[in-house]
Amino acid sequence: MREVYLDNMATTLLDERVLEKMWPYFRENFANALSPYPMGVKAREAVELAREEVAKLIGASPSELIFTSGGTEANNFALRGLAYANRKKGNHIIVSAVEHHSITNPARALEKEGFEVTFVPVDRYGVIDLNFLERALREETILISIQLANPEVGTIQPIEEVVKLASKVGAVVHTDCVAAIGRMEVKVDKLGVHSLSLSAHIFYGPKGAGALYVKRGVRIQPLIYGGIQEGGRRGGTENVPAIVGLGEAARLVRENLPQWKSHLSDLSMKLIKNLQEKVEHLHLTGHPEKRLPGHASFIVEFIEGEALLLMLAHRGIYVSSGSTCTSKALKASPVLSAMGYPAHLIQGSILMALSKYNNEEDIDYVVSEFPQVVSRLRELSPFKEGWKDMDKWGACAPH
Amino acid sequence: MYSQKVMEHFMNPKNVGEIPDADGIGIEGNPVCGDMMYLFIKVKDDRIEDIKFKTFGCAAAIAVSSILTEMVKGKSLQEALSLTKEDILREIGGLPSQKVHCSVLGIEALRKAIDDFKAKKGAK
Repeated sequence: MREVYLDNMATTLLDERVLEKMWPYFRENFANALSPYPMGVKAREAVELAREEVAKLIGASPSELIFTSGGTEANNFALRGLAYANRKKGNHIIVSAVEHHSITNPARALEKEGFEVTFVPVDRYGVIDLNFLERALREETILISIQLANPEVGTIQPIEEVVKLASKVGAVVHTDCVAAIGRMEVKVDKLGVHSLSLSAHIFYGPKGAGALYVKRGVRIQPLIYGGIQEGGRRGGTENVPAIVGLGEAARLVRENLPQWKSHLSDLSMKLIKNLQEKVEHLHLTGHPEKRLPGHASFIVEFIEGEALLLMLAHRGIYVSSGSTCTSKALKASPVLSAMGYPAHLIQGSILMALSKYNNEEDIDYVVSEFPQVVSRLRELSPFKEGWKDMDKWGACAPH
Repeated sequence: MYSQKVMEHFMNPKNVGEIPDADGIGIEGNPVCGDMMYLFIKVKDDRIEDIKFKTFGCAAAIAVSSILTEMVKGKSLQEALSLTKEDILREIGGLPSQKVHCSVLGIEALRKAIDDFKAKKGAK
């Protein structure tokens, strides 16, 4: 059976070239990167080389990068570190309603510590409301965190506009670029942001390595206190193999992005067009144009996402869903809710995030299998002929 | 995550469909929450002669619907009413903790279908 992995916003397959670069740092040069003898020096050099590669990728200076254990730590670090460092100036933070949990949850934690958080709403395409954001700005606004691209619906946010607005009150802008890197151009000078997070395993690097860019001159308080690693801004022995992998993955993105981008966008355009033609009551979620290349997200009416996901997996197609039942927390996708989708429609949400490894045959296979699976599940559904008895049901009480 | 039995019933569910002249219909769940079951029963001499289901929901909800119909088909109404969620869980090889409510969904839909049958019969 053909296997088509389309869950690339969850994680990606490590590039072989990345793995090759990582090997020597597991056993050959396993020393601590702080150790002064040759093996330690080699590890240190490898870490610094990786830092240069990540810097080149986003157009930053190496000293502006702090390695972390991944995107979640980088986002927590940005939110808490930038909030604490600017506490004297104010206590107001603005984040969008469609941020990743690694932004919204630290924001809520900061709320409990006395910070005030404003959530910026989005339109039905998932694009933030800039007018709302402008009106929310005040003297005490110290930090704004808006993602560059949404992993769930692919929508790209107008970060340059956010930066312009933020400068009126001198607020620092952080942007979560975890979903964006490897799929679109990301340059710090063009975006104008003060802080930016990324994670290696979303662009064919290893899990356990990410980075936070903090613009020179912007103050940040450490999240993890420890030794003098990362200039004292992030303690803990460096995960040298993973950092080396991050560096190589960044180099590959820098060298291949134009090809990968057009490849991804050709494939996802074909996938979206074909599925829309073949499946009725299928809705593309997110912005139709301003979206990540290779990103196809839908709502399939009358069926439930976990069932769809598992039946597709049975045919070798791996995707994800924002339905209540798919989530371990039994919560329907907050992103789709913020975009105004009612909960019964969110149950049928499905995400196909492509990677550089996918090809035309993969798309043909999905286009032939997906409509069959949808029909099969609709046969089982009481709503095959359409939603009915909808007035009978109230809000959803927790199970 | 799911037992083999759950996956079998999910991939090849039994007794799918509607009974146009059903003697009782039980509707349980809420599509807003993600699962919704319609059960149709045909009753003869106080026995469930036929039973069919239509379910909107995850693999667990579909598998529970299928196994439930198999468990009560041919049973007396009293036997059907004594069925518990534990019986279903045992038969299906268990469910992940966050999916146990799907077995309750089945029990409730069955009770409602039988109640509906009794109400209709009483009205006659």
